[in-house]
Amino acid sequence: MMRTYAGHSTAAKSNALYRGNLAKGQTGLSVAFDLPTQTGYDADHELARGEVGKVGVPIAHKGAMAELMDGIPLDTMNTSMTINATAAWLLALYIVVAEEQGIDPKVLQGTTQNDIIKEFLARGTYAFPPEPSMRLIADMVAYTVTEVPRWNPINICSYHLQEAGATPVQEIAYALCNAIAVLDAVRLKLPVESEASDQSLMGTVFSRISFFVNAGVRFIEEHAKMRAMGDLWEQIGRERYGVQDPKHLRFRYGVQVNSLGLTESQPENNVQRIVLETLGVTLGRDARARAIQLPAWNEALGLPRPWDQQWSLRIQQILAFETDLLEYPDIFEGSKVMEGLVEELSAGARSEMAIVEEHGGAVEAVAYMKTALVDSHRQRISRIESGDLVVVGQNAFRESEPSPLAAGEDGGIMTVEQGLEDEAKLALEQWRAARDQSAVDDALAEVRRVAATTENIMPATLAAARAGATTGEWAQALRDTFGEYRAPTGVGEAGAGSRTGAVELEELRDEVARVGEALGRRIKILVGKPGLDGHSNGAEQIAVRARDVGMEVVYEGIRLTPSQIVTSALQEGVHVIGLSILSGSHRELIPLVIEGLSDAGVDAPVVLGGIIPEADAGPLLQAGVAAVYTPKDFDLTRIMRDIVALVAQRNGVGAAGV
Amino acid sequence: MSVTGEELAQRLREGDLSAAPAVLNLVESTAPAQRPEIDALLEGVSPAALGGEAAAHVVGITGPPGGGKSSLLSELIGHWRTQGRTVAVLAVDPSSKRSGGALLGDRARIVVDPADRGVLVRSSAAGGRLGGLAPATRAAAHALAAAFDIVVIETVGVGQSETEVAEVADTVVVVVQPGSGDVLQFLKSGIMEIPDVLVVTKADLGPPALRSRRDLNAALRSLGERNTRVVAVSSISPAQGFDELIAALDAHREGLDIATRRLSARRASALADFAAEHGERGLRALGGRRAALKLLDDQDVSYDVPALTRALEAAATA
Repeated sequence: MMRTYAGHSTAAKSNALYRGNLAKGQTGLSVAFDLPTQTGYDADHELARGEVGKVGVPIAHKGAMAELMDGIPLDTMNTSMTINATAAWLLALYIVVAEEQGIDPKVLQGTTQNDIIKEFLARGTYAFPPEPSMRLIADMVAYTVTEVPRWNPINICSYHLQEAGATPVQEIAYALCNAIAVLDAVRLKLPVESEASDQSLMGTVFSRISFFVNAGVRFIEEHAKMRAMGDLWEQIGRERYGVQDPKHLRFRYGVQVNSLGLTESQPENNVQRIVLETLGVTLGRDARARAIQLPAWNEALGLPRPWDQQWSLRIQQILAFETDLLEYPDIFEGSKVMEGLVEELSAGARSEMAIVEEHGGAVEAVAYMKTALVDSHRQRISRIESGDLVVVGQNAFRESEPSPLAAGEDGGIMTVEQGLEDEAKLALEQWRAARDQSAVDDALAEVRRVAATTENIMPATLAAARAGATTGEWAQALRDTFGEYRAPTGVGEAGAGSRTGAVELEELRDEVARVGEALGRRIKILVGKPGLDGHSNGAEQIAVRARDVGMEVVYEGIRLTPSQIVTSALQEGVHVIGLSILSGSHRELIPLVIEGLSDAGVDAPVVLGGIIPEADAGPLLQAGVAAVYTPKDFDLTRIMRDIVALVAQRNGVGAAGV
Repeated sequence: MSVTGEELAQRLREGDLSAAPAVLNLVESTAPAQRPEIDALLEGVSPAALGGEAAAHVVGITGPPGGGKSSLLSELIGHWRTQGRTVAVLAVDPSSKRSGGALLGDRARIVVDPADRGVLVRSSAAGGRLGGLAPATRAAAHALAAAFDIVVIETVGVGQSETEVAEVADTVVVVVQPGSGDVLQFLKSGIMEIPDVLVVTKADLGPPALRSRRDLNAALRSLGERNTRVVAVSSISPAQGFDELIAALDAHREGLDIATRRLSARRASALADFAAEHGERGLRALGGRRAALKLLDDQDVSYDVPALTRALEAAATA
């Protein structure tokens, strides 16, 4: 199946985009929701500021879902939704829209991502604490297996683990442990008689678990990784869950190839990378991906345009229709090298899985896994810094002719229109005014009641969707019952210092100490992420490196409002503030932070990192940001040196020549 | 930094909580030029200046990492705020010995309303000692106690590490999670000083928390210790046990001879300040730690920390 991950601005605009993609030969839909929808906030919530319609489409209620799917045949469409914390709600909206069109939910096909553990580990769009989150997933799986039988209720993602720095062994191990946690939870939710009398329902559940994996540019090893995962999955099915049917035991997975390795410098090279990564998951038939979505060449620059997405779709079409890739049986069968690689990865994964098991399973081991990922990512970055890991165009072969691709008026990326947020707020107000409020109140009260019991959450959720409740209202009803949660950051325990560049680090530490003595206090930095974007890798690495050069680091983690940042900066007495944003909300949020700091009388400079289009850097600097760093600034020690010099200069304690 | 220690002390005495960040910046400063300002600040919040001991309740909260301290604190702060009490939290994290740098992670875990001016959370680094205080924690606690209703000092550790916290807090709380036997063993073996309140977290787990509470109570009884309260709490919604915990804290504070406790806190602070400044050599000049404590005991009870430190310095150079 071929699709591109898409959605932005409004339901109507995304609907037009989908219809266009389907006309170009795409064979399924992959819906990208905006961050407020993913984290369970309506457009009028404080945390939604700057995020509405940015990285996906806002869907607040069944009316918006109907608009999104307008003119698309739901009975035959295969719809993949990247939705996790609020998956039960978005699926309910989809089902209700189908019902209202007279379509039987039993024919609906598609996937809800619904993998919460990787949200705690890597992606950050969780809404509730781990235990109730797992319960929602188990409820959904148990519900769909009988009521929406063609739906894949969960898609275990190792994708984001690799983006967060996972090695192939970690990717395999943590994803499988995650699946085990889900299956163990679902097992308890299945009707008792069927569990006792026959194993087929568990087999069916097992067969509905699919995976969403990553493929990096080391494509031979990546192929071995897929084979290893398939072997281990089959073993888990047989041994842990007593699954017999070979069809049920098949490891089914879709792929989005790696974004982590895509570069901002010489971005055209990303096309080669994407092609090679695609080979990794398609070369051998025995471990071939079922569905592939490819990133666009310019992801590290900003949002891809329709043309950029078309280019990625064409890559798949050429592989499928022009090459002879699909004509042969498995081409690695009998390969000693491949077998050896698979065995090595499997052995590594088994021992890592045993460690997670010792922690009591994936839910209990979130903090352990998070720390391990932060550590792996730290090692990866220091290898890039030292040149041990070659990234063409970034730390090697950097001379380049000017790229005509990025030379257009739009800078080679899509610009999202402004004013969407007000539009969305207005639409929300109108929706609320037009519905039967008492029916909504009753439905939400029922959601609250069920949440406090062990009953399945789906029927009450569907009733709330039918009554016209909104995404934020449904999620708030659950937050009232489950409480809020902040995931472990993993940075506190991450290993110290790297051996590479030790001399540079040592020099920088001396300078940090010198400036600290001159200031009377050790340099203190606040690191955090404003807005709803949960991609915290960059911020985590900055925090760890700042500690390694000797600063005191207040790491605030994700999902901060401007007022939280201002309050922390003031109370903590920091000398400098480092913020990271990848969701595109910098234009709204950063000026609010700067304004708040100046109102509070905090004179600490703000440095910004993330996916910041070049055109935005100027206005941000004018608004008072001291420096802007983008993915091409891979040398963290250099960034640290800048920050120390900035602190020294702002406080009049001179910059020594480091 | 144009604000003087005297001005800051006055703002604190007037209950101006917005002075707190500047107060903390000042007491943390190691710049020699700031030394007189810090002294002026501490003199300005001494019992002599306040007309008695500061009314705040200084609560030390300590326990092993991962035991649920931060969730407990978030919930506790919420309860105190509902009662209208203002809260300052001094969160002390261990720091890396190698780089001197530190990741102060607690702020991310303690959930407070950023718009609430009645709560302050300040993180600091202990300088590599698990459970120890940061150099300025004592001075910070003395100063903030003049303006806030509650001053919490949070440290990480278990075993002997709560001694430092005990020197400065009115009430020491040790937080343990069910099933972790360390605290029980340390209590029984006498490695650990007996805390004023023991909190067992994760009461939502039911039996394991109840069992832990029972074991701790049994251990305390066998040590002949009947005043230490053991409270089980759950920070998971719906939170449980917090009314009981607050009642236990308040009861302990009310039963204290606060003048004696604060006096010994000031003497311990002076000794710590002296040791930080003059090291082992300085202590030897005084005839050792015990002799120094004896010397402090002989000082006038009205002396504030700077005066006590000066007394030690005078004796060392005499």
